[in-house]
Amino acid sequence: MSELTACERLDIIRHKGRPTALDYIPMIFDEFFEMHGDRLFRDDHAIMGGVASFKGIPVTVIAEVKGRNLAENQKCNFGMPHPEGYRKALRLAKQAEKFGRPIICFVDTAGAFCGVEAEQRGQGEAIARNIMEFMTLKTPIISIILGEGGSGGALALAVCDELAMLENAIYSVISPRGFASILWKDASREREACDIMKITAEDLTRLKVCDHIIAEADGGAHNDPMLTAENISDYIFEALQRKLQKGLDELVNGRYNKFRVVGEFEEPAAF
Amino acid sequence: MLEDLFSVVKVRFNGEKPEKSAEDKNGRKTDIPQGLLFKCPRCRNVTFEEDFQKNGKVCPHCNYHSRLTAKERLDITVDKGSFEEFDKEMISKNPIDFPDYENKQAALREKTGLNDAVLTGKAKIRGEDIVIIVMDSNYLMASMGSVVGEKITRAIEYGTAHRLPVIAFTASGGARMQEGIVSLMQMAKTSGAVARHNEAGLLYISVMTDPTTGGVTASFASLGDIIIAEPKVLIGFAGRRVIEGTIRQKLPDDFQSAEFMLENGFVDMIVERKKMRRVIAHLLKLHKPREVQADE
Repeated sequence: MSELTACERLDIIRHKGRPTALDYIPMIFDEFFEMHGDRLFRDDHAIMGGVASFKGIPVTVIAEVKGRNLAENQKCNFGMPHPEGYRKALRLAKQAEKFGRPIICFVDTAGAFCGVEAEQRGQGEAIARNIMEFMTLKTPIISIILGEGGSGGALALAVCDELAMLENAIYSVISPRGFASILWKDASREREACDIMKITAEDLTRLKVCDHIIAEADGGAHNDPMLTAENISDYIFEALQRKLQKGLDELVNGRYNKFRVVGEFEEPAAF
Repeated sequence: MLEDLFSVVKVRFNGEKPEKSAEDKNGRKTDIPQGLLFKCPRCRNVTFEEDFQKNGKVCPHCNYHSRLTAKERLDITVDKGSFEEFDKEMISKNPIDFPDYENKQAALREKTGLNDAVLTGKAKIRGEDIVIIVMDSNYLMASMGSVVGEKITRAIEYGTAHRLPVIAFTASGGARMQEGIVSLMQMAKTSGAVARHNEAGLLYISVMTDPTTGGVTASFASLGDIIIAEPKVLIGFAGRRVIEGTIRQKLPDDFQSAEFMLENGFVDMIVERKKMRRVIAHLLKLHKPREVQADE
């Protein structure tokens, strides 16, 4: 695995040619049928979901979608979902539970969209609801961070049994730009923020947040999307083998404990 | 009150600058000495601090319910002497080695008398046993890091194990940046605890106080069976300035207020501070399990 700084990885995941969920889904799954809408308000193109076959296993796929050009980006709002996107994800996840299908989530967003309508329609509530409901879904959930995993907007699709990250992906409490702007009131110090935030796959493995790192092609996934897709596919296969063996109660307890143990604090010895 | 006034006057006579001056929404200095006057962040009207205090820290002009310390909140909410604090001594470490975080925390502990931004424990409201969670915005704007997440999770788990209702008074600027991804995980941890409390069929009331924003809005604060807000408080996910930056327009003053959230369907009711304890007591009664009622 290459030794790059967080900043260098940021440059790789922002490369114009970086493959997105739109590229990977057809390479990894057969017979993907996209399903639209949250049944409440409308269809959000920043989150794509549907059913597919993965090496013969029916699965539900839910993905945050970044565009590969301006037209795609306008359609998918640069990968920043509105509340209805998260509600669509939850609807499809509940359906997966009903039919006993594992869920594969692809995370790739700078964050949930920050706007007037997003607030009016309850961005906070939509994310909170997903986090709570995903925690107890009785079906395996595998989440994979493809590029950027920004804040609650990423976590809403990352409450899972196993979290994997592509080698150059980052996962953070807020985008490095937002971090710099809040703590130093200067968004231009983004690169400096990158280096102290601990956001690379290796950092997050150390912090017990990331369970597996998926190798990319040399120099980044854009250099060989097919190879990277094969690596993702191999990982999903292994992860499903591990998770499908488990009883549902064991699975759900394991998921609870995966998040339950994260945190660093001290208390004087109990007496 | 008079002493405050004298000290301010004395400072002025000596030609020194007042210690601090408040800033209004546009960042203009307003030159109001702290401790003498209260300037409402919602309606921007000024009230004598004494009158403001007498009014339960509620703005007499617009009814904005300003921030209380966790101790003040407990005093007006639970039965006298009934609060038994959980995890009092817990303090945070520095999970991402954020520069100067330990020193800053030590200074805050000294200044606020708190070990972090939340108090949790069990208590009674009109004789009913509850688990209570109260966040305190004086401590790093009650941002949620490891200690806040762990204490809240343990409190809710205690409620599940002992079949008790949970009442959470939320206030927060969001996730604690200084603890990086570990803070984000606290959203999952606390929401997971709510999920289990919920599956056990128990009551969880979330009371949103000023300000309830960011990662706390996007986790346990929005998951109450019943969501109450105090009048005029700030409730939202994204920061106002971030949204203004995105849309390049000024937002109306009532944007992200309790009333805005009620209108949009994300808050069940707005309850004034002076009625809060009574309303919660009634709701607790209405949610008492039936077999317990039959026993009495």
